[in-house]
Amino acid sequence: MKRTVPLIIAIVAGFVLLIANFIPFAEGWGLTAQEWFNILAVGAMILGGGNLIKLHLMKISGQRKGWGYSIVTIGCFVGTLIFGLFKIGVHPNEIYPSVAWSGYYLESGSGLWWIYQHMIVPLTSMMFAMLAFYVATAAFRAFRAKNTEATLLLVTAGIVLLGRTYAGVWLFDGWLPESMQWLRFDNLTVWIMDIPNTAGTRAITIGIALGVVATSLRILLGVDRSYLGQD
Amino acid sequence: MLLAVAIPILMKTVFPEVVSKQAKMVFDAIDDLPDGSRILMSYDFDPASQGELLPMAQAFTRHCSVKGHKQYYMALWPLGSPMVDLSIDTIESEYPDMVYGEDYVKFDYKTGGEAVIRMITQDLRGMFELDSKGVSLDDIPMTKNVKNIQDMDLIINVSAGDPGTKQWVQFAATPFGIKTVSGCTGVQAPQMYPYIPEQLAGVLGAIKAAAEYEAAIDIAYPSIAANPKAQEAKRRMGPQLVAHCLMIILILIGNWIFFMSRKRGQA
Repeated sequence: MKRTVPLIIAIVAGFVLLIANFIPFAEGWGLTAQEWFNILAVGAMILGGGNLIKLHLMKISGQRKGWGYSIVTIGCFVGTLIFGLFKIGVHPNEIYPSVAWSGYYLESGSGLWWIYQHMIVPLTSMMFAMLAFYVATAAFRAFRAKNTEATLLLVTAGIVLLGRTYAGVWLFDGWLPESMQWLRFDNLTVWIMDIPNTAGTRAITIGIALGVVATSLRILLGVDRSYLGQD
Repeated sequence: MLLAVAIPILMKTVFPEVVSKQAKMVFDAIDDLPDGSRILMSYDFDPASQGELLPMAQAFTRHCSVKGHKQYYMALWPLGSPMVDLSIDTIESEYPDMVYGEDYVKFDYKTGGEAVIRMITQDLRGMFELDSKGVSLDDIPMTKNVKNIQDMDLIINVSAGDPGTKQWVQFAATPFGIKTVSGCTGVQAPQMYPYIPEQLAGVLGAIKAAAEYEAAIDIAYPSIAANPKAQEAKRRMGPQLVAHCLMIILILIGNWIFFMSRKRGQA
């Protein structure tokens, strides 16, 4: 029962969406299924939050390695949830002044706005900015012309790196004849992106699409049940 | 690397930009529309990619505003909604004649990703009964006659991943033939080029394409060219140039060390 019911739900929902896509009469079924999906997505968020708390509480109670970080995680999660859910510092909406909690959740000056502006924005921006340093060290340590393929990749990367800046134009400015302008790195970069990259990406995309069709069919026909878990 | 990025930022070095074919395609897709066209703008990114994507998002906003297009803002990412607020701040400060509800409107974030797209292609009110201010769509002049996003003249998607441009192509642009352009991160761009020109009318890949797009706008609209805030992507090309040159140097040094050590090993 534990496996059969979810299996039936998955098969029915899959076929409904499939039919809704191809038969105009059944278009409404697809919309209903999507509404259900949206409701379930909200439920999944609650389940995710519950699971996060459970896992970290277990880590703290067992005093497993890094349990101190779990306290920080739970503290941040609960704090953000309280500030967001109860809209602390948010004024009621101008249209509904008598209705509490009707204001915009990220209203300037509110608690959640403060968390967003002073914690989320700098922390996530910092994580992204760190990439520049990782890429620089990776370029120095790993980008080696060990064989023909690696050399080809290296040369292409060099052209694209320069072609994506003004250097791609400046290096050839004034001396390259008009008939040879296609050799400018910015033009070569466009060619690399338009032709070899597009051809390769299309092939990969078509391959993935065929794989998705095959996997979807296996799920729809109940052959693949791995998504149901082990027990 | 810190100095390579910091020095051009502090010196405010700006290099001239040559408008590429891709940037021109995106510019034309917006500029060729009759003034006052309906444009859906979905901001599917968060503060992590703000540095790469916000300049092009702001350039889209300025271009649409100067053309007098009706702008419908939404976000498929939870933290995309505050990104939309930054564009709305730009409209309010730089285009004070534009009126909320008549020229631009914002829908709040809804969970569901691609399911949100699928729903609004059929029924906008099925997903957004109210705008972000809590007003019914039937009471807003620019939404009361919109049934679904098939009524849009163009979709502009600024994307940092999933859900993003790929989902807009799969569930809106391709099945319903809605003209769509995308501005995406450099990592995503190679995956988006195959959709041009049938499924995407153009793609802006990363800050370089954003700078070219800004240059295209500057040529056509001197009022925007005179606005220093509208040159943000071009300003970021200085650090990119020096950082890329540094990486080329690092690659060359790395390979020189590699060949020297291999030569020594053979000897």
